[in-house]
Amino acid sequence: MVEEKEDKIKALQKLATGEKAEEILEMVNRGMEFTKELLSENERLRFRVVQLQEELQELSQYSERKQLQQKLKEELKRLEMEKQRLMSEYQKVEAQNREYAMRYVEVEEENNNLANLYVCSYQLHSTLDFQEVTQIIMEIIINLIGAEEFGIFLLDEKTHKLQAVAMEGRDINSMPSFPLGEGVIGHSAQTGQNYYAPDIADTQKPRSPDSPLVCIPLKIKEQVIGVIVLYKLLPQKTQFANVDYELFTLLAGHAATAIFSSRLYTEAQRKLTTIKGFMELLTH
Amino acid sequence: MKILVVEDSPTMRQLISFALKRLKDVTIVEAGDGVEGLKKLNADTFDLIITDINMPVMDGLKLIGLVRRDVKYRNIPIMIITTEGGAEDRERALALGANAYITKPIQAGNVLEIAKSLLGIP
Repeated sequence: MVEEKEDKIKALQKLATGEKAEEILEMVNRGMEFTKELLSENERLRFRVVQLQEELQELSQYSERKQLQQKLKEELKRLEMEKQRLMSEYQKVEAQNREYAMRYVEVEEENNNLANLYVCSYQLHSTLDFQEVTQIIMEIIINLIGAEEFGIFLLDEKTHKLQAVAMEGRDINSMPSFPLGEGVIGHSAQTGQNYYAPDIADTQKPRSPDSPLVCIPLKIKEQVIGVIVLYKLLPQKTQFANVDYELFTLLAGHAATAIFSSRLYTEAQRKLTTIKGFMELLTH
Repeated sequence: MKILVVEDSPTMRQLISFALKRLKDVTIVEAGDGVEGLKKLNADTFDLIITDINMPVMDGLKLIGLVRRDVKYRNIPIMIITTEGGAEDRERALALGANAYITKPIQAGNVLEIAKSLLGIP
């Protein structure tokens, strides 16, 4: 009985074992498939992780670039402002340079003019000889004013006439004397005012003795002792420059003083000689 | 650096000298006519000659001719300052060997600039 039961159990166990095995096999198969799925999913997820890491890296790089770009933009803006500031500074300096250059030219011109005036003044007062003084006046008029035809007329206090004492470019003997107050030359001497011809721009025009281009009265304070009369300029001197008018002013004063002093000196020398001669006559 | 100024007018000589004195280390020797100019030229070494044309005793053109014929002075630059503004005078002077030709009335600045150019001063 017991044996029968055991057999039955064994048979049942066998049967049961076969069924179980199938179940287990199925479970194992399912487990394997699940594992495969898990592995595949794992693989996919790992790939995804790598992808995300790359994306993250890219994003991070992008962010860095963005920041860098922003910084560069700010730097560019700052540099642009600096450039503007420097440009404005440069323009200021440039304007200053131009001003200095112009000033330099003006100062140079002024220096040259002053040098001319100094030399003229120095030369005019370098001698007490009347002939030398007139010669120096003539040289100044030729070399610095650029006149071709001109003369010096001195006032004779007895006749009240202006008589030529030196001429350049014209025959002195052909020059008439001009009564004080009459005509352009006489009027200029009487009033003490410089005369400039209305057609002063025409510096080459032939002019008669009584219609000069320029008259400069020679004055000691308000006393007129003569007149410098210009008739024509050198062909290359087409117009008067500012310095010429300054020279006219200088000549009006310094030439007059030099002429006056030299005449006084000459007269004094002559008187001295006469007195000496007279004294010699008395002592012998 | 030495410059010889040959000019019969003392006023002009002083004006030219005044202008040239603005150059550094320059010595200016003055002569009243061509003969005196030649004497001064024989006695010293010059870097530039400035001369007038119309002068007593010996004029500027004759002086230039003599200077240019002499091997010793052939290379000294010559500047003419004159009242003669005609093209013929200019051509004649330049043909004789002058390097620059300025007409009167003179401008000190102009004289200085041409002198610097002839002396090779920047």
